[in-house]
Amino acid sequence: MDFALNDEQRMVQQMVRDFAQKEVAPVIKEYDRKQDMAPFILPRMAELGILGICIPVRYGGQGMDYISLGLACEELEAVDSTLRVVMSVHMGLSSMGLLQWATEEQTGRLLAPQARGEKVSSFGLTEPGVGSDVAAMTSTARRDGDVYVLNGEKMWISLATKAHTSLVVARTNPEAPKPHEGLSAFLVELDSPGVTTGDIHGKLGVRAGSTGWIAFQDARVPVENRIGEEGEGFKIAMSCLDNGRYTVAAGATGLIRASMEASIRYAKERKTFGREIGKHQLVQQKIAYMVQAYEAARLLYLRAGWMKNEGRRNTRETSLAKWFATDASFEAAVEAVQVHGAYGYSDEYDVERYLRNAKGAIIYEGTSEIHQLMQAGYALGYRDDGPLRKELPAYDPELWQD
Amino acid sequence: MKIVVCVKQVPDSAAKVVVEDGQVTWGDAPLVINPWDEYAVEAALLQGEAQGGDVIALTMGDEGAKDALKHALAMGCNEAVLVTDPALAGADSQAVAKVLAAAIQKIGDVDVTFFGKQAIDGDMGVTAAQTARSLGWPMLSLTSAIESLDPGAGTVRVSRSTEEGQQVVDSKLPAVVSVGKDFAEPRYPSFMGIRKASRANIPDWSLADLAIAAPTSAVEWPEINNPPAREILTEQITGDSPQEIAEKLADKILAEKVL
Repeated sequence: MDFALNDEQRMVQQMVRDFAQKEVAPVIKEYDRKQDMAPFILPRMAELGILGICIPVRYGGQGMDYISLGLACEELEAVDSTLRVVMSVHMGLSSMGLLQWATEEQTGRLLAPQARGEKVSSFGLTEPGVGSDVAAMTSTARRDGDVYVLNGEKMWISLATKAHTSLVVARTNPEAPKPHEGLSAFLVELDSPGVTTGDIHGKLGVRAGSTGWIAFQDARVPVENRIGEEGEGFKIAMSCLDNGRYTVAAGATGLIRASMEASIRYAKERKTFGREIGKHQLVQQKIAYMVQAYEAARLLYLRAGWMKNEGRRNTRETSLAKWFATDASFEAAVEAVQVHGAYGYSDEYDVERYLRNAKGAIIYEGTSEIHQLMQAGYALGYRDDGPLRKELPAYDPELWQD
Repeated sequence: MKIVVCVKQVPDSAAKVVVEDGQVTWGDAPLVINPWDEYAVEAALLQGEAQGGDVIALTMGDEGAKDALKHALAMGCNEAVLVTDPALAGADSQAVAKVLAAAIQKIGDVDVTFFGKQAIDGDMGVTAAQTARSLGWPMLSLTSAIESLDPGAGTVRVSRSTEEGQQVVDSKLPAVVSVGKDFAEPRYPSFMGIRKASRANIPDWSLADLAIAAPTSAVEWPEINNPPAREILTEQITGDSPQEIAEKLADKILAEKVL
């Protein structure tokens, strides 16, 4: 068993860390207060290749492995969750979904512009009345000759107003005996007629990011933009979540690290009762729990990344990593605020932002409650992952970098 | 055109460097490429791109120093060379300069060699000049821009940023150029560069390969101490209004002759 990162992974980690720390960290508070996304972030991430990090070079990507994707997400969220959210939707939920399910023709036409960062993508699954109960969605896609006509609304969509495309799931067969078998997936150009988007303001966290809605009113999507077969939408959505949740797990691990490092720094600066607060045992206990959470979360997401590299099904392991890391990141941020005392309660320090940002990931991409049900289901033998028609391809350095 | 850029592996700038039992230590802090050398790599790459030449990263150290070379390769250098030999342990800057000069001569036909203005560990800032002297080449220190460079004519014109102001200097090639922060912001390693660097086969050159004996160090460090701990007093200035506080603060600053 080898726990060491290879040279490639370490250099990717350092490069992404340098970008986030040097270019985003100095301005993130300003944009968080403004509830606006810094305009340079998406173009810069595209220019640096981060938006195509683990897509094969022949599809316009950078040819790195899935562990490198996780490491990048950890570094991005150590600065701000909004950076990692970009990777979750653009890469995990959309581009990796295309990598897994698109035809060879579609990978060249639809995936390559996303991998090159020329087009940013989002993921349209959640609706105003439908979150965890995906099969109950009401958005429809009616076949009309060589197009599908989409109607409905998607809600809580990251990058809704920034993205060029969205991987959208809608109902194509209202008569399907099992509701989830009536869903299909489409890559939709968001500048198409009949598509409108908007941002949601007043969120608790991820305020420096874009979260919004996408509405379809007789929006016509060409048949050649349907991803997978008709009726495969639910399976496609779930496999996309296996990848999105992986990025969330890795990012939440970065948030734990940020809370831990901020707490350690402050515990050595701040003095009470004549000594630095790090000398007080109850502060030490908080930091010890953060260390424990960070190490465990990191191992869990790296295992999931390793399984992806190996081409092994990892729904259970990714769910576990996401559940653990997001819950732990919230706890770490709560305690980081506590370590900082009253100062932690103001945005003079970063930890209050960590706390606000941490809460969202406990809700999206499977609430913690959904993940608990999944884990119990696996443990009790009620749940099993059957083979998919198309699996996420295993990482092959020669093939990826050819 | 052939360009060499000399780099060094140093403790991370965030590392806490202390003296323990007479030895300098930075604990388990990571080692990184000297931050000043990233500017030198950027300068070398810009010239390499402008002139269509090869850029070769060069360092002296143990096997771990290859990480600095890999960083330079990931930024875009074409090749890298490590000079390593047990006899070089504890070499001073002059000895290092002689070894680097020998390596530059072995590389051969080098038009210009770049250095960062100093390394953040020793902070000597003399290795570039000593290497130039060993090579018998002109030394263009504190360079902020290459105004023109003509390998065919063997000439270079640079701008130097000094405390007194800006200087324009003409020189013959080959030359040694050291650069500071005002040259150009170093680029990040690219993913393609990272792939190339992680697979690079970096040659090890020994003193025997350079056909030189171990240079004698002229400088020794018989004693190294931590700086004396300083007692810092903190005083909070209070008052009934911001104006009163500001006036008290201004009086204090003037009394202490801070201004």
